[in-house]
Formats: sequence, C-alpha cells, structure tokens
Amino acid sequence: MKIAVCLKRVPDTTTKIVIGPEGKSIDESGVKFVPNPYDEYAVEEALKLKEAAGVGEVVVLSLGTDAAQETLRTALAMGVDRAILLQSQGSPDGLEVAKALAAELKDGGYDLILFGKLAVDDYNHQVGAMVGELLGLPTITSVAHLSISGGTAEAEREIEGGIENVSCSLPAVLTCDKGLNTPRLPSLKGIMAAKKKPLEVKPVSLGSGTLATLGLSLPAERKAGRIVGEGPDAVVELIRLLREEAKVI
Amino acid sequence: MSAILAVMEQRGGTLRKVSLEVLTAARRLADQLGASVDALLVGAGPIGGADQLGRYGADQVLSAVHGDFALYQPDGYAATVAEVARGHVAIVFAATATGRDLAPRVAAKLGVGLATDVTEIGVEGGKVVVTRPVYAGKALQRVRLDGATAIVSLRPNTVQPAESPRAGAGVSINVPQFTSRVKVTGVKAPATAALDVAEAPVVVSGGRGLKAPEHFKLLEELAAAFGNAAVGASRAVVDAGWREHGAQVGQTGKTVSPGLYIAVGISGAIQHLAGMRTAKTIVAINRDKDAPIFKVADYGIVGDLFEVVPRLTTEVRKLKAE
Ligand SMILES: Cc1cc2nc3c(=O)[nH]c(=O)nc-3n(C[C@H](O)[C@H](O)[C@H](O)COP(=O)(O)OP(=O)(O)OC[C@H]3O[C@@H](n4cnc5c(N)ncnc54)[C@H](O)[C@@H]3O)c2cc1C
Ligand SMILES: Nc1ncnc2c1ncn2[C@@H]1O[C@H](COP(=O)(O)O)[C@@H](O)[C@H]1O
Repeated sequence: MKIAVCLKRVPDTTTKIVIGPEGKSIDESGVKFVPNPYDEYAVEEALKLKEAAGVGEVVVLSLGTDAAQETLRTALAMGVDRAILLQSQGSPDGLEVAKALAAELKDGGYDLILFGKLAVDDYNHQVGAMVGELLGLPTITSVAHLSISGGTAEAEREIEGGIENVSCSLPAVLTCDKGLNTPRLPSLKGIMAAKKKPLEVKPVSLGSGTLATLGLSLPAERKAGRIVGEGPDAVVELIRLLREEAKVI
Repeated sequence: MSAILAVMEQRGGTLRKVSLEVLTAARRLADQLGASVDALLVGAGPIGGADQLGRYGADQVLSAVHGDFALYQPDGYAATVAEVARGHVAIVFAATATGRDLAPRVAAKLGVGLATDVTEIGVEGGKVVVTRPVYAGKALQRVRLDGATAIVSLRPNTVQPAESPRAGAGVSINVPQFTSRVKVTGVKAPATAALDVAEAPVVVSGGRGLKAPEHFKLLEELAAAFGNAAVGASRAVVDAGWREHGAQVGQTGKTVSPGLYIAVGISGAIQHLAGMRTAKTIVAINRDKDAPIFKVADYGIVGDLFEVVPRLTTEVRKLKAE
C-alpha cells in the first residue's frame, strides 16, 4: 500500500485574526501554525492502512513556504515515512494548488491519495476533488467512515439529514472528514526519528489562476447583546423580543 | 445574450429549498450582468417543485434525465454540468454536501477557479466579485473571478428566495457519455426526516450543560415546537458520543446561518462561535452569567436550562397555536 497525504500548514484554530498591513492577508506575527486538523485525519488513516497492510509507504506532501517543513516534520513524527515540500508562496486559486499537487502525484504510483475535506484557513473545500479530477482518479469527498478490502474502498459521507454510501476501486483520491479516526500524537521516539527521515524540497511555480483576492476584513462585531433576565420567568420577555424586536418568530 | 447556469438540487425527485436560494442569487447576478438564467435539473425523471423555477427567475429550465441519476452520481453529474456550462458566464452551485463535491469537479473540468461558500455576490467593472467567510468566519475575503466562467457556490440560508417571474421554458438536455468511477450505492436516512442544522431556519443547540444524552429530548421538544428547527450540538457532546457528528456546529463541524440560533448549556468557545456567529439572532441560555456565549448573544437568559427550556417550549407552543 503506497499512500500519499496532502497536508497544509494553517493557523491554530484559536488564533485571533489580525489583518495584515496590505489588507489582503492576515498578520502572521505571533501566530502559531499547526497541521490542518482535517489533514491529521488523513495522516492517521494512511498510517492505519499501512499498518494493517503490513507493508507500504506513506508520503506526505505540502505546498508552501519553508515554514511548512515544521508541519511536515510533525507528520513524520506521527509515523509518515518521508516528506516532500513543494516550495511556493501558494495561490488564492485552489485550482492552481491542485495542479501543482497533481503534477507531483501523477507518476508516484500511489494506491491512495488522501486530503483533508477542507483547509481551515481558506475554507476552500475544493483541492482534493480537483486533484482527483485532474488525475482522472475515482474521488470520494468528505469521508467520515472508510473500509478498504480487495482493492475496493467503501465510504460513508455525511449529507444533509443522512449518510451517503459511496464505493470505488483503487487507486483513488479521498478527502477526510472528522469522525474518520482519532489522530495519534507524535511520540517522543517518533519526534527523534522524524529528524532523520527524508524531506525533499522541490521549488514549484504556480500559474496565475483566475481568482484575485481584493481584500480581507474582519466581520462586523455583533451588536452587544443583553441579558433578558434570570430563570424561567425571563422566557415571556424573551419571546416578546424575538417577535417584536428581532422579528424572527 | 449571455447566460448564467443555476445548478438546482433535488433529493428523491423533489426540489430542495436551497435550490430557490441559488436561483434567486443567480437571477440577481443575471440582472446586474444583463444575462439570462438557465436553471439546471439533474435527475432520473421529473422533479417535484420544478414548476416554481420560472416564478423564481429562470428564463429556461434545463432537464438532464438519466436512469443512473436517482441518487447523486459524482462523475455523471460533473460531466453533465460541465457540458451544459460551456458558454455560460457564471455557474452558481449550492454549498451543500452535493454542491461541495460537484463544484470543484466541474471547475477542474472547465479549468477555471472556484469561489466556495460565498455569502454575497456582486458585479464590479463587469466582473463577478464575491464575499466569503474564511478562517472559520473570523475574517471575510473579497474575491474577484476573472475566468471565462465565474464559478461560485452559495452558502445555504444566506439568500432569501424571492419571486421574479420569467418564462421558465422547459428544455431537455442530452446527458453526455461518462464513466462512473465512483458509485453512490445508497443513502441512509435517519429514523426521522430531521432538518439539517446547516439549512434549518431555526437551530437549537446543546452542549455539555445538558449533562446526559437523554436530556437532548428537551431540545428536540423545543425544536418540534418551532416546527422548522434542527437540533445542533457542541463538539464536547459530539466527542462524548451523545450526538451525531452531523449535528456539530463550529470550526470542525458545520457553519450555520439560521434566522434564530439558541445555544443551550454551551459555553461559547471560539471554535463553536466560528460556526454560528453569522446567525441573524442568537439566544443563549446558560447558568454562568460570565459565559463567553453571552458576548455574542443578542438575548441571554441566565438560569438553569432544565427550568428555562421547558418553559420556552411551552411558550413557543402557545405562540404557534395562536
Ligand atoms: C481544533 C479544535 C476544533 C474545535 N472545533 C469545535 C467545533 O467545531 N465546535 C465546538 O462546539 N467546539 C469545538 N472545539 C471545542 C471547543 O474548544 C470547546 O471545548 C467546546 O465547544 C465546549 O463545548 P460546550 O460548550 O458544550 O462545553 P463546556 O465548555 O463545558 O460548557 C458547558 C456550559 O454549560 C453551562 N451549564 C452547565 N450546566 C448548566 C445548566 N444546568 N443550565 C445552564 N447552563 C449550564 C456551563 O455554565 C458552561 O458554560 C474545538 C476545539 C479544537 C481545539
Ligand atoms: N498548500 C497545500 N499543501 C498541501 N495540501 C494542501 C494545500 N492546500 C490544500 N491542500 C489539501 O487540500 C485539502 C483541501 O484544502 P482546501 O481546498 O484549500 O480547503 C486540504 O485539507 C489539504 O489536504
């Protein structure tokens, strides 16, 4: 089983967002960066599948600046065998990122290529499915449950008010949702071992794409609310406000 | 005249409400661009509710019917939409489970960028410009789409369906040849046909303050009293196995923008707020007057949820009976 995982370096989810001086991206000073949480599900699933198969290789790829090496080392510490950094500034156009990843993955001989369902910074929700399409591989997105046997993947994905059952043959592209597994933490031994694992750096240049970021801003603060009252007796006043002031019921 | 493609969604042969939101957004964009609107229905036969599409702004209603299309079939749907989309100046999808799967496939086939989960669509200097929440709603990004076709997906509940009558002329479309690399083999519906938190006009969410999974019955009763409500949950209770992941609201769950969001026994962690801060009106019920949820709530009640919620249910029932 040869598995690739695409991993993005993103700000920690508790980060307070400050807009950078040019008004198009965030101010990164003091921000803690972590592996995209959904990509950790992908790493964990890859490691589990390799362990179950007894043989194989898990390769992790990230497209980003040199800073992403640290993120790749985290994956190596979890147990991934080797890492590739596609060195680039990135692009607001997910299709350009997908093209660069697809070009690297194309002749890799992977049985499975795993992604997170979305990156929690750009919320693009697209790169995995685009890579699948570009490579002409069977693609299942937002996988919350997976079983693989005899070269077939059976997956469940959440849809509004239900679960969709989807199957395909390998090689395939899957994007991972929460619920798939519980990602392991890197062990001390893993962290030591990671330092010696191969991490290849390949500069790539992305196309200009068709999306332009015009600006980034903070959402309007919600108007300060108010405490209507204490205990069940406040309910009558709440109902009145919802009807007459907020006009939502 | 240039045309915009509005990709309709159906389930089980019935049009989904989000389709009218997509159509309304497409109509408004078309009016700014001086374009017409083609609403596209993909399914295994006639779609219930399709007769409304002219009323909500479709100049043409395109139907792509194929025996395999009773359930969503990613490869077949993507091939069909990409084929039909050629020549259109814009495509509007719904940012739903289906739309989020389908839109990037179509964008890759057409070789143009995709702006997902947009909450506003406008035109500047002849180009489509959208606003989309990023960093879990902690920031808003404005993006201009410069491709030959502007592809966007619209976050549910951000546009109110509005009538804008047009001809709605029916046209049947030939489904192109496709290979099904992926097969949707079935859909497991929950026991009750519950509304999804991402789409319900009212969401009642519970957290660890409910103390035990069986107490969610209180919230189900409140949701039932509203009639149009879904029950959501914090991650703490989803991780504890009290509720399904599909109900989780927040950074690693769903982002919801209902008219009314009621947070019950939820502290208001930043990752939870990320999923619900765009609700029109937020109500919080918590016994801790310093809980962070009160900072974003329009209306708060400080008190024991086990006393407040049953009373609220009674009052909502009374109101609905009027
Ligand atoms: C990477 C990451 C992603 C995350 N994603 C999400 C996410 O998507 N969604 C999410 O929700 N969380 C998420 N979290 C978790 C988040 O940080 C919080 O831990 C979680 O939201 C807390 O859930 P809670 O409010 O139910 O529980 P608590 O924080 O324990 O709050 C319980 C509340 O109930 C109140 N209460 C107790 N008893 C009563 C009573 N009888 N009557 C009234 N009130 C009562 C208490 O005062 C308290 O405020 C994420 C965390 C991380 C690190
Ligand atoms: N720069 C990147 N490097 C590696 N993987 C990425 C990158 N951007 C996106 N991905 C992958 O694509 C998934 C979806 O990202 P997105 O479409 O940006 O929300 C992520 O969870 C990653 O698995």
